[in-house]
Amino acid sequence: MKEQLGAIKAAAEAQLKAATDLAELEQLRIRFLGKKGELTAVMKEMGKLSKEDRPAMGKLANEVRSFVEDALSEKTEALKKEAAAAKLKDETLDVTVPGKKPVYGKKHPLTTVLDDLKDIFIGMGFSIAEGPEVELDYYNFEALNIPKDHPARDTQDTFYIDDNIVLRTQTSPVQVRVMENQKPPIRVIAPGKVFRSDTVDATHSPVFHQIEGLVVDKGITMADLKGTLEVFVKKLYGEDTKLRFRPHHFPFTEPSAEVDISCFNCGGKGCRICKGEGWIEILGCGMVHPKVLKNCDIDPEIYSGFAFGIGLERVTMFRYDIDDLRLFFENDIGFLKQF
Amino acid sequence: MNLPISWLKDYMNIDGITDNEFADKMTMSGSIVEKITNPASEFKNVVVGKILKIEKHPDADKLVVCQVDVGEGDPIQIVTGAKNVFEGAVVPVAKHKSLLPGGVKITKGKLRGVESFGMMCSTDELGISEERATGILILPDDTPIGEDITKVLGLDESVAEFEITSNRPDCMSIIGLAREVAATFDRDFNIPEINVDENDEIASDYATIEIEDPDVCSRYVGRVVKNVKIEPSPEWMQRRLKACGIRAINNVVDVTNYVMLEYGQPMHAYDLDHVEDKKIIVRRAAEGEQLETLDDQPRTLSHEMIAISDTKRAIGVAGVMGGANSEVTDDTTNVLFESANFSAVLVRRGAKALGMRTDASALFEKGLDPENCMNAINRACELLKNMQPSCEVVGGAIDVYPNKKEALVLPFEPEKMNRFLGTDIPESDMIDYLTRLDFKVDADSMTVTVPTFRGDIESMADISEEVVRIYGYDKIPSTLMNSAVVVGGKTFKQKIEDEVKNALTSFGLSEIMTYSFIDPKEYALTNIEMGDVIRITNPLGEENSVMRTMTLSSMLKILRVNYNRFRDAAELFELATIYIPTEKGKLPEEKQVISIGMYGDADFYKLKGIVEALLDKLGIRKYSFRPQSANPSYHPGRCAEVYIGDKKLGVIGEVHPEVAENFKIDADVYCAELDFNTILNSATFDKHYKALPKFPATSRDIAMVLDKAVNVGEIEKIIEKNRSNIVESYKLFDIYEGSQVGNGKKSVAYSITFRAADRTLTDDEVNAVMGKILESLKSELNAQLR
Repeated sequence: MKEQLGAIKAAAEAQLKAATDLAELEQLRIRFLGKKGELTAVMKEMGKLSKEDRPAMGKLANEVRSFVEDALSEKTEALKKEAAAAKLKDETLDVTVPGKKPVYGKKHPLTTVLDDLKDIFIGMGFSIAEGPEVELDYYNFEALNIPKDHPARDTQDTFYIDDNIVLRTQTSPVQVRVMENQKPPIRVIAPGKVFRSDTVDATHSPVFHQIEGLVVDKGITMADLKGTLEVFVKKLYGEDTKLRFRPHHFPFTEPSAEVDISCFNCGGKGCRICKGEGWIEILGCGMVHPKVLKNCDIDPEIYSGFAFGIGLERVTMFRYDIDDLRLFFENDIGFLKQF
Repeated sequence: MNLPISWLKDYMNIDGITDNEFADKMTMSGSIVEKITNPASEFKNVVVGKILKIEKHPDADKLVVCQVDVGEGDPIQIVTGAKNVFEGAVVPVAKHKSLLPGGVKITKGKLRGVESFGMMCSTDELGISEERATGILILPDDTPIGEDITKVLGLDESVAEFEITSNRPDCMSIIGLAREVAATFDRDFNIPEINVDENDEIASDYATIEIEDPDVCSRYVGRVVKNVKIEPSPEWMQRRLKACGIRAINNVVDVTNYVMLEYGQPMHAYDLDHVEDKKIIVRRAAEGEQLETLDDQPRTLSHEMIAISDTKRAIGVAGVMGGANSEVTDDTTNVLFESANFSAVLVRRGAKALGMRTDASALFEKGLDPENCMNAINRACELLKNMQPSCEVVGGAIDVYPNKKEALVLPFEPEKMNRFLGTDIPESDMIDYLTRLDFKVDADSMTVTVPTFRGDIESMADISEEVVRIYGYDKIPSTLMNSAVVVGGKTFKQKIEDEVKNALTSFGLSEIMTYSFIDPKEYALTNIEMGDVIRITNPLGEENSVMRTMTLSSMLKILRVNYNRFRDAAELFELATIYIPTEKGKLPEEKQVISIGMYGDADFYKLKGIVEALLDKLGIRKYSFRPQSANPSYHPGRCAEVYIGDKKLGVIGEVHPEVAENFKIDADVYCAELDFNTILNSATFDKHYKALPKFPATSRDIAMVLDKAVNVGEIEKIIEKNRSNIVESYKLFDIYEGSQVGNGKKSVAYSITFRAADRTLTDDEVNAVMGKILESLKSELNAQLR
């Protein structure tokens, strides 16, 4: 019997080692450990042994049994791992095949840049004001210190609906409407469409967008105007951007300034974008003219304020290196999807 | 405004200032220098030569062969056809490989077989005269041979081109600019004293002047010059005029233009012998009055213009242009100079109505200083007398000045200005800056007297700008507003606008922006009756003349652009404004419309799904779609009106094939037009948590055959009606039309999910509700259940 058990152990060890799949293992399990298996058959013979031999032989038989069981489960585990690895290998994908992109649309580039601007100014406590695009002459011109027959009317080729109604040529009339309806402190920006009878070319459009800014309160200074615009410009174009205030003239601000920023492309050395100047003009601004405050029933002896106007198309063209204004209104999806 | 730098030197010393520094500093003090050019840069290799010998050309009668000394050893041979050359003549020579203005290149060549190594030049070839010259320019005998021609002709000088803002007509003059330069660079500035060498006669014996209406003319000064010979003005004057962009005409006219440039005061000269009764009358023109102006054009005047007239007729449109009838001609001997101050508004209206903006009108309409008139006219007389000593300036000026302009005196408030500017400029510096600009500050009375030529200065804010622009805008500190805390942010409407754009882009649509005005023809193209619209009186063409009252055509035009460019598909939206007329003379109502358009990978249900998802996103629940077969822009069988409750939101559908064809799009096009305000009134960001279900759901499928004409919406209405608080949701999962269900029929299948919040539903409960639903489907829709 001892020899028999030894032979079973040796056979089981050899065959389990040689087995290559789980089915084969199952057969081996049945053959050695099954109810009619070889080991079971030997165990059944146990009764025939003498009392003295039985314990030792029983112990040996159990040892062989647990040996086979352990070897079997070890082998099963190894084969399972092997099979899983083979399966994973088989599932290998060509990861260079293009992905399935979700379909998504794009906001108009002017909206995207305007959103950035709004965020910057909201962060400084500004609200967003709105006003009509078809506007009374009074708000577009007269209340802004541009009476009828003022030469400045020439520089803004105006679309007229009738003698008193125009398509607004600037977002500045919103200033007046805000000041009429709200007492200081006032801190608003007013983005919107404006209209001028310019023939279309790469830098002109009869429809374009401006962003007006207005702050009125006690003790507002020109230095505050500079500081506020500096924050805006640095947020939009980067912390290294420098600001240059140049004297200029607008009928509704005094003193007035045009603002240049150091060229974001060349840093001020001079390049194609800044036309070799190192500076790029981006907006006009100034202290709200005392006459404009008076027109809105705000006492210029008590309050002061500043205003600025930014051309959205210009800022956007600089941001994305766009060289033709017409693209904004053509709306080719090949263009829109780029931003 | 052009400023020849050499002219500037008549009034101040500008040594040591480079062109770049000049441009930068002037721009930073408020006089914008657009560029500085130098005409000499257009010349190369053009020098002074002397003709040594002239011989006949062997093969051409009209040509001669000259040997010309150009100051470099052997003379060079030049063939010319000019008639005025002679041996010993000193002339400009463009040598081999030279450059003349206008990019003209001169190289050696052969003329009728004889070699020529350059060209002798006329005034027009040198760019100093616009008219074709009759011969070569002959230079004075003592001109140094071989010298660069630009140095000899004084062309080697820089001209600064300024952009002058409309509030500063005083800077539309050389003296005005010189004052700014002097103030900017803190240098001395002197206007030379004017000395008129006049005779003992009295001007008022020669002419009289009357201002009929002082509102149109605040001052009129006239002076008489006798025995004038009309001839070209000297070369130096012509050159300066040219540098400033003005063509030389004759000595008298050139003097008026020269003085206009120098003093910024437009002037005019009349042939006194052609002024009837030698009397000038300034008045409003009569309606329909006729006048031929200097440019030989007949003009019809109106009451909104100022006429200069004599006792019989108009002889000029004040401030715009003189009349041909009193023009200075070659035969003129007695001249009446005019230096006057006309109403800015009337000059502007007159120039506009006549369509003739002249240098004079451009100045007058900005508002000039009447105090400048006398200096200007005296300067004109001085110049003419100096240029032609034989003429006689008659003594005295005829000065009609009904209301003398008094200088404005304002309080001088240094502290207030510093508070306003946010600066810390010492009072003494302020006084210095203002004094440089000809303001007079009285430190005792703390007042500042504004020079009369600064009509733009009216208040403390104006004075502050004067101070700070000389102080330097770049020295203003940057500070942050020290005001009460102001809470910023977006309004609910602005947030909903953002939400609409965010939602639609996330659904795959891209945003467009279109013009607010359209072509009235677009209404017919979209099968829409135009109705009342706002029209632009001065549009950029008919195609941009009407403020849109609909957005459909704007969208279709953009879809067409993309279709024409072979874009396979386009899915677009715009938050567009339309302009609905109200009352005449009142502003229109501006309404926002969510306009959606697509073709390519699109169908009705995709569009509908987008609209549904948008409304879901905005928290809008009670919306419905009602078939609409009568909208002429849309396919009658594929169009729906969208409602929120009972309020119409807009329309969606397949664009009528006829309309798509009108817009030249050969594809199925789907559009939606939704009223933003209606959405705004129903939209909400409010969200409330609902407890997640604790009990299991159970679902039942139903399939039925219906008449094809029955909309599935009817089925849903029945389910809705029978919810009994246990129908959680329902979903259409199949629609089939075909031979298996028979003609005119369709098969529809729904899955209905039941759930109660507080218990597990029993079969009996579910069956009871299902029973009611099935019953209604049978009785109300004649559905055959399968």
